[in-house]
Amino acid sequence: FLVRLKTMKNTTDPSLGLYTRLNKAFFPFADSPGVRFSSCTPKVCIVGSGPAGFYTAQHLLKTHQNVHVDIYERLPVPFGLVRFGVAPDHPEVKNVINTFTQTAKHSRCRFYGNVNVGKDVSVGELKQAYHAVVLSYGAEGNRSMGVPGEGLAGVYSAKDFVGWYNGHPSCRELNPDLNCETAVILGQGNVALDVARVLLSPIDILKKTDITQPALEALVRSQIRRVLIVGRRGPVQVACTIKELREMVNLPGTKSEMVEADFDGVTEALKDLPRPRKRLTELLLKTALDTPGDKEQQRRHQASRTWGFRFFRSPSEVLADADGNKTVGIRLAVTRLEGSGEGARAVLTGEVEDVTCGLVISSIGYKSHPIDPSVPFDTRRAVIPNTMGRVKQATGLYCSGWLKTGPTGVIATTMNNSFDTARSLVEDMESEALDLSSVKTGSEVISALLEERGVKSVSFSDWEKIDSVEMSRGEASGKPREKILTVEEMIQVART
Amino acid sequence: MLSRREVGGGRSSLGFSLIPSFPQGSNNKVTVHFINRDGDKITAKGAPGDTLLDVVLNEDLDFDGFGACEGTLACSTCHLIFEDEVFKKLGPVTDEEMDMLDLAYGLTDTSRLGCQICLSKSLDGMVARVPESVTDIRQSKDESA
Repeated sequence: FLVRLKTMKNTTDPSLGLYTRLNKAFFPFADSPGVRFSSCTPKVCIVGSGPAGFYTAQHLLKTHQNVHVDIYERLPVPFGLVRFGVAPDHPEVKNVINTFTQTAKHSRCRFYGNVNVGKDVSVGELKQAYHAVVLSYGAEGNRSMGVPGEGLAGVYSAKDFVGWYNGHPSCRELNPDLNCETAVILGQGNVALDVARVLLSPIDILKKTDITQPALEALVRSQIRRVLIVGRRGPVQVACTIKELREMVNLPGTKSEMVEADFDGVTEALKDLPRPRKRLTELLLKTALDTPGDKEQQRRHQASRTWGFRFFRSPSEVLADADGNKTVGIRLAVTRLEGSGEGARAVLTGEVEDVTCGLVISSIGYKSHPIDPSVPFDTRRAVIPNTMGRVKQATGLYCSGWLKTGPTGVIATTMNNSFDTARSLVEDMESEALDLSSVKTGSEVISALLEERGVKSVSFSDWEKIDSVEMSRGEASGKPREKILTVEEMIQVART
Repeated sequence: MLSRREVGGGRSSLGFSLIPSFPQGSNNKVTVHFINRDGDKITAKGAPGDTLLDVVLNEDLDFDGFGACEGTLACSTCHLIFEDEVFKKLGPVTDEEMDMLDLAYGLTDTSRLGCQICLSKSLDGMVARVPESVTDIRQSKDESA
């Protein structure tokens, strides 16, 4: 009795194992179905294997010593936007894959790839099989500009364009036409800058990254020499961060062209800005307005490609050629600002400006989709309504990542957001807000369902075969990996 | 659980790890006191040349989500806050570090990224505070309710 008392007090005490063993000795049938045992092994499943899914799993496994976590992923390959969103020339950002790999290989964690929740198995079925379900499937759609001509050839969402150069199977057929001189990007966040940088980077740099071979070949043939990055507000409101801006400023073979008048009043606004925004704005001002010294003059003279921000412009129509099929330009409405700082709003002035271009990329935000009618969804904000990760008007249902807070933020933002959800879940397990009294069979029942339906899941070690093949194919061409571009081939390699 | 070193990945913005070449006698070690997010003081030692991120990893200090990009200046999760006196001794900040530091939650005038601070004997006994991340604000709100 004294041993039990001692071990019960501190749940992280390793001698808890002894308590469990003693219990098993006294109650040998405790884990059998049908026997109510107040501390059943909690089983949680997570839908989505991007940063949100993995960081939620990581935190759950760390803070609860008994929980089992199963991660379901629609594609045969894990990691979500770390694989398909992070730019090919930002490999360090992908280092988080190492910690995700550790999590996937944890003894209480299992990865099930090639399982489409919503089609192969329903959220309802997951809720029956697990004590809790965490939805972390992110934002697979994009906001549309809502202007005429948006459907023309030559207009793409940044989500699709990025998915194309990063090898997302659903973007393989994009085949963007890069046979024009000017590309216009709507939006001035980091995704817009990634797209601009990929369009203008020297091929010698790109060819050593994990950019896909078809994208690389298209960029070799590309005629694009000028990229305009358009936003409806001003320089002080620009949404990108300084690291990405600096990369553009320092991009070999390029020079910037901005409109000086766009920067009226910006120098005066500097003093009131917090340090991060101040440094960013200073760099922007310097790039736009400074008279270059001799060395910089020479560098600019030799640059064959240009890029620039255009402010106070909002898309109003994409213009087509005489046949009405191809993009030949974009009509931009001129705006002015009301208010200042972060809260400033763009108001139309009635004026318009036409810009000749053959490629239009809208980078105005990703967007989540609802997965199942039984799961609450806020269609206006395109997120799942929740309080600290607990889905509203539901029990045993949680969410993390962009699905929870909206599609902004870097990996660290998602990390904190996911830890937050995991904390809520663990709180609920410990306070019994979550019912852990009945045994749940988790992946056993789900695997059986999937097999009945002819769905073959891909395990983490199957992914490692795919990983290994990609890396060795990449070696041949001096790239970190050559990504496999179809689900069929991924599965084929997984089955070897 | 495997340490991050065993799994691999970049160790620093320089691309190689800073392993000092002199003997690891205990009198060569530099003591660092970390204040964690609960306000607890955790004392650890590192070798001169180790970064503060190295110390956190080598000593298995349990700071949630610390050092996500493994010391490659691609995140701000190794954000640490120092006292004025210590901060002055830490040396100049590169633009590269400042750019990432700018994204850190709870940025102060004496903030630095732990992966860029190298230990030296002159820093012996230094105190580094691990700042709250966004969610910690929520925690303290709960407690007062």
